[in-house]
Amino acid sequence: MTTNAILISNLCLALQGKTIFSNFNLELPAGCWSALLGPSGIGKTVLLRAIMGLNADAHKSGSILLNGKPVYQQAAYMAQTDLLLPWLTVLDNVLIGDRLQNKQKHFARQFLETALHLLDKAGLAKTAHLYPHQLSGGMRQRAALVRTLLQDKPVILMDEPFSALDAVTRHSLQNLAAELLRNKTVILVTHDPAEAVRLADTIYIMHGSPAAVTVAAHLTSLMPRDLSEPTILNAQKALLQQLLDSHSEAA
Amino acid sequence: MNKIFRFLTLICLVLGFWQANVWYFQIPDYLLPDPLHISQILFEKRHLIFQHSLPTLLEILLGFSFGILFGCFAGLSVALFKPLRRWFLPALVISQAIPTFAIAPLLVLWLGYGLTSKVMTTVIMIFFPVASAFYDGLKNTPSEWLDLAKSMQASRWRTFYYIRIPAALPELASGIRIAAAIAPIGAIIGEWVGSSRGLGYLMITANARMQIDLMFAALCILMLLALALYFGVDKGLQRWVWW
Repeated sequence: MTTNAILISNLCLALQGKTIFSNFNLELPAGCWSALLGPSGIGKTVLLRAIMGLNADAHKSGSILLNGKPVYQQAAYMAQTDLLLPWLTVLDNVLIGDRLQNKQKHFARQFLETALHLLDKAGLAKTAHLYPHQLSGGMRQRAALVRTLLQDKPVILMDEPFSALDAVTRHSLQNLAAELLRNKTVILVTHDPAEAVRLADTIYIMHGSPAAVTVAAHLTSLMPRDLSEPTILNAQKALLQQLLDSHSEAA
Repeated sequence: MNKIFRFLTLICLVLGFWQANVWYFQIPDYLLPDPLHISQILFEKRHLIFQHSLPTLLEILLGFSFGILFGCFAGLSVALFKPLRRWFLPALVISQAIPTFAIAPLLVLWLGYGLTSKVMTTVIMIFFPVASAFYDGLKNTPSEWLDLAKSMQASRWRTFYYIRIPAALPELASGIRIAAAIAPIGAIIGEWVGSSRGLGYLMITANARMQIDLMFAALCILMLLALALYFGVDKGLQRWVWW
């Protein structure tokens, strides 16, 4: 057992009478990216929400810990939609964590400086005063990424964060996320095998009911990876095949 | 610009149709005065009409402001405190089953012939749509935003202040628009039931003296006040609550 890892132990979870997880165990290594793939409705998002403690209407037991503490206290969550608040500017949106947590004033100043620096890195410095409806989908998702980063948590949970974007924007956002989230523990839920092999160190496939996971691939090269590289291309092909197998097994 | 042009054209058409009918059917003044005659009365009696417009305007504005204030307070309290919701919400609904017209004489009896009874009538009419709209807005905050706040370990109060209240403002704005449309009705009902000044009082007395032209003139001013309030409020809300 790795000591520095997210440990999901004996997780049992049922939603509206349907058992999603039963004595589910998983160890996700800290400091690297883990991708979760699997058919729709299998429970990937439910697992992320369980880690964040967001399944208020679920019957849940078991523990999800990192270094002996609940993971939700050490994690930031990035959803499929940007969840920017329409009445706040981009800058105020990325600072919302500060307001919601009531940080001390001297921290707030530091927080603002970090926010401006990260917005600049994300290419949003000139749009910091704009409102979400004035931004493109890619810009909004970049702002959501900066907001997630500003929470300064060691664990980042991402639920298909780039799925609604066009291919070019998705590619550039993957690069940005890989750069900004280096050395963080990232759990990425995705439907896209290419995204998984580009970004993740370990790729898991979720299957069955109640859900179980198997390790589908383990990649050691530096990410974001070049999809045209033969080894990565092969990994993507193999992953796709495994996904097809798990889909046909489910059917 | 197009909107204003359409609006003015519509008014001209309605007035033209009215004028033509009065001329064609030779309707006597004491039944339906024509628009030209009403405009003449508006000019001749402008001091009298102005004198009676001010109290009505004051009643409308005060009733509108207090109605919104109490409505917001009720909506917030009901959304925040569950026990209050169980007891207060049914009482609120039952209170709306009593027509305001029926309790207006009581308000005059209890609060006198002055400004207070008219303001209270308006407040009673406005209070419910505002409270109900605000409460609905506070109740229906998108769960994704609440999850975001929870993932940031935000307290209940901070979530309320930074997310639930701003998210409820568009629904509150709808309630305020309805309030702006019905506020003049509240003030006029109050004046009809018992008063010694105001456009409602002027209309009642003019009607009793068969001065139908003066009644129509007062009605025109009341309509203008109501339209100005509604469109002013709507414009302001569009500017401040634009999401």
